[in-house]
Amino acid sequence: MIVLNDVSKTFDTPSGPLQAIVSASLEIEKSDIYGIIGFSGAGKSTLLRTINLLEKPDKGTVLLEGDDLTQLPRQQLLKKRMKTAMVFQHFNLLTNRTVFNNVSLPLEISGYPKKQRKERILECLEIVDLLDKVNEYPTKLSGGQKQRVAIARALANNPKVLLCDEPTSAVDPQTKESILYYLKQINEKLGITIVIVTHEMNVVKSICHKVAVMEKGTIVEKFHMNDKSYKPLTNISKILLGESNPVIESEVVYV
Amino acid sequence: MFDNIISVLPEIQIAFGETLYMLVITVGFAVLLGLPLGTILYYSRPGSVIKAPILNALLNGIVNLIRSFPFLILMVAIIPITRLIVGTSIGTTAATVPMVIGAVPYFARFVEQSLLEVNRGIIEAAESMGANHFQIIWKVLFSEARSGIASSITIITVSFLSYSAVAGMVGGGGIGDFAIRYGYYRYQMDVMIFTIVIIIIFVQILQFTGNYFVRKLDKRL
Repeated sequence: MIVLNDVSKTFDTPSGPLQAIVSASLEIEKSDIYGIIGFSGAGKSTLLRTINLLEKPDKGTVLLEGDDLTQLPRQQLLKKRMKTAMVFQHFNLLTNRTVFNNVSLPLEISGYPKKQRKERILECLEIVDLLDKVNEYPTKLSGGQKQRVAIARALANNPKVLLCDEPTSAVDPQTKESILYYLKQINEKLGITIVIVTHEMNVVKSICHKVAVMEKGTIVEKFHMNDKSYKPLTNISKILLGESNPVIESEVVYV
Repeated sequence: MFDNIISVLPEIQIAFGETLYMLVITVGFAVLLGLPLGTILYYSRPGSVIKAPILNALLNGIVNLIRSFPFLILMVAIIPITRLIVGTSIGTTAATVPMVIGAVPYFARFVEQSLLEVNRGIIEAAESMGANHFQIIWKVLFSEARSGIASSITIITVSFLSYSAVAGMVGGGGIGDFAIRYGYYRYQMDVMIFTIVIIIIFVQILQFTGNYFVRKLDKRL
């Protein structure tokens, strides 16, 4: 489904070049919920953003269903992006559009037939149980509701992949639980592949099938969450697989 | 006691009409040309959506150049251009040429500023949906910045009402020119005060209307 091959990305910063990703390779299969975890600054968001080429890698290839995105002409890349929707930490909803019209935006962009838009928008809002907020503006919504609108918006164009960049980091623990619930539902019922970047162990524990751990721009390990024979290398993976039991465990959310 | 005023009322009417004429043309062109110019300025800024440093530097230079001119000097300096465009350098229409030239870069800066206030994440969201540049500008940037742009239109309208008085220098007419001719040159204090009151009321109406639209367009509150 998604194959990152030896991807590298360096940013020019005022204090010199910064290697955000160092030859990362990753394979994500259809219907996976794939977690990318690491401390802030580890390069996980940058890595996620190479999957839809919002961040163009300096080196390496990004294969999406066999097509190398780094080689695609812009028009075709835009078409691909319509099928790889994104959910953000800070929701990024349009403040001057109602909930309904926010979900409408990707359909307008993709040229979805006008007559069927309304139906599709309501379908998506129903999935995240927001049919009662159709005509509200985002300012009137809570953080969790905003993120659910963002999820509905991401679903609008029937994407094959959902790229989630810290989707639960700006909401309270209870809301977090509900957001993860919806993501899990979407994965199970619609078969959408989900890639989720997070720094929270409990997010990975509660929904991810597979996980990659990043440190300083490098993927240091990859494993299946249910692989009992796997010997964890890093502190993060030890905690994830339950070998050590630090304070962080106390706020683990199970869905 | 209102003799002076009554006798000049017809002239005030004409002058006010000239002012409206100058304002409509100036603000119309400022929006028509300044909106795209400001959008390109924003879009091509370093670290913004597209990489076009040369274009950006060039447009920035031109905008700064025109904005450096004190309006009175701009008006005199471009007389040859004015003559080229409207065939004469005297009169109300001639006065609109320097006004438009002054207003376009002024408004473009306002537009650029309003667009800078749009949350970068929202643009990124649109990019992630596969939006092309036209869609990003039209559906996202202008939609999110619309109240800022409406407020900028109000500001330039009021500013250029004031500049239109300077237009009297080239026989541009208008209410400001009228106030100078009667109130100042002929020492008719009552006419001066009356004219100023008209201008004050006009500015209040402009500002009130502008604020109304800004509130209507802004859904953040």
